[in-house]
Amino acid sequence: MTAYTATVTVRLKHGVLDPEAETTKQNLERLGFELSELRSADRFEIDLEADDAAEAEQRAESMAERLLANPTIHDYEVSAAPAAEST
Amino acid sequence: MTVAVVQFGGSNCDRDAVRALEYLDIDAERVWHEDGLPAETTGVVVPGGFSYGDYLRAGAMAARSPIMDDIRDAAADGTPVLGVCNGAQIGCESGLTDGAFTTNERARFQCEHVHLRVERADTPWTEQFDEGDIIEIPIAHGEGRFEITEKRYEELVADDRVLFRYCDADGNVTDEANPNGSTHNVAGILGERESVAVLMPHPERATLPDVGGTDGENILTGFRA
Repeated sequence: MTAYTATVTVRLKHGVLDPEAETTKQNLERLGFELSELRSADRFEIDLEADDAAEAEQRAESMAERLLANPTIHDYEVSAAPAAEST
Repeated sequence: MTVAVVQFGGSNCDRDAVRALEYLDIDAERVWHEDGLPAETTGVVVPGGFSYGDYLRAGAMAARSPIMDDIRDAAADGTPVLGVCNGAQIGCESGLTDGAFTTNERARFQCEHVHLRVERADTPWTEQFDEGDIIEIPIAHGEGRFEITEKRYEELVADDRVLFRYCDADGNVTDEANPNGSTHNVAGILGERESVAVLMPHPERATLPDVGGTDGENILTGFRA
């Protein structure tokens, strides 16, 4: 078993209104920044022990399916990499 | 007969629901979610509030609580189940009903009285009404925008499972009368069975005459059927 960090990124499906992102964009513009669009996403970093990266990804994907994402409104991406040495 | 009003950490409309039901002479009691549904349960209210602080998404945590298995079984057996506000979010998150309730269009908490058009009058929740009736009930939510894919919305309509839509005082379903940007003004829907319904407005806050407005009473009497 090896320590992995799986990363799950959950974002709204294309076309689903994101009022929080819109509000954030408006505030950036109020501060004088120029931007065309802003999208927000939730990122979960999950430390877990697994035989290999594929297993770590698979388990994180189940977590995304069961809880972290809502398939009605969300898409998600999963990746896994060996955990960074703790400092 | 007892209607179980399910209490999660952060529920805050559970007492209101019990009081409104008892006012209607419907026996009701609060049930802590970890205790499961009592054997004598003849109906279930999933009440409003902010279960688990709305962490992750409104209703996401409560929807994965073990009592939801009991509620799904009860719903499948025909026991009436009503999800209100946070209970509606939990209903969608748990798959009892289709779609999702998410952040309001203008990203602000909306607390006001709204008008609803009764889209179906042949369900336990609406049999005291006629189709097209206009009722007034309060809302209080930050995440009540009904969201669903266009394809599944078409299925919802084809199955005739839209129960209430936001409308103006004359019953016109308009953008102006839509408080939160809900898809096609949907305020409440039915599950697979007509005995399962979720809605964002609060019928229990429009039942006791002292509080103002009693249009919610005729929804809660669905538990008598």
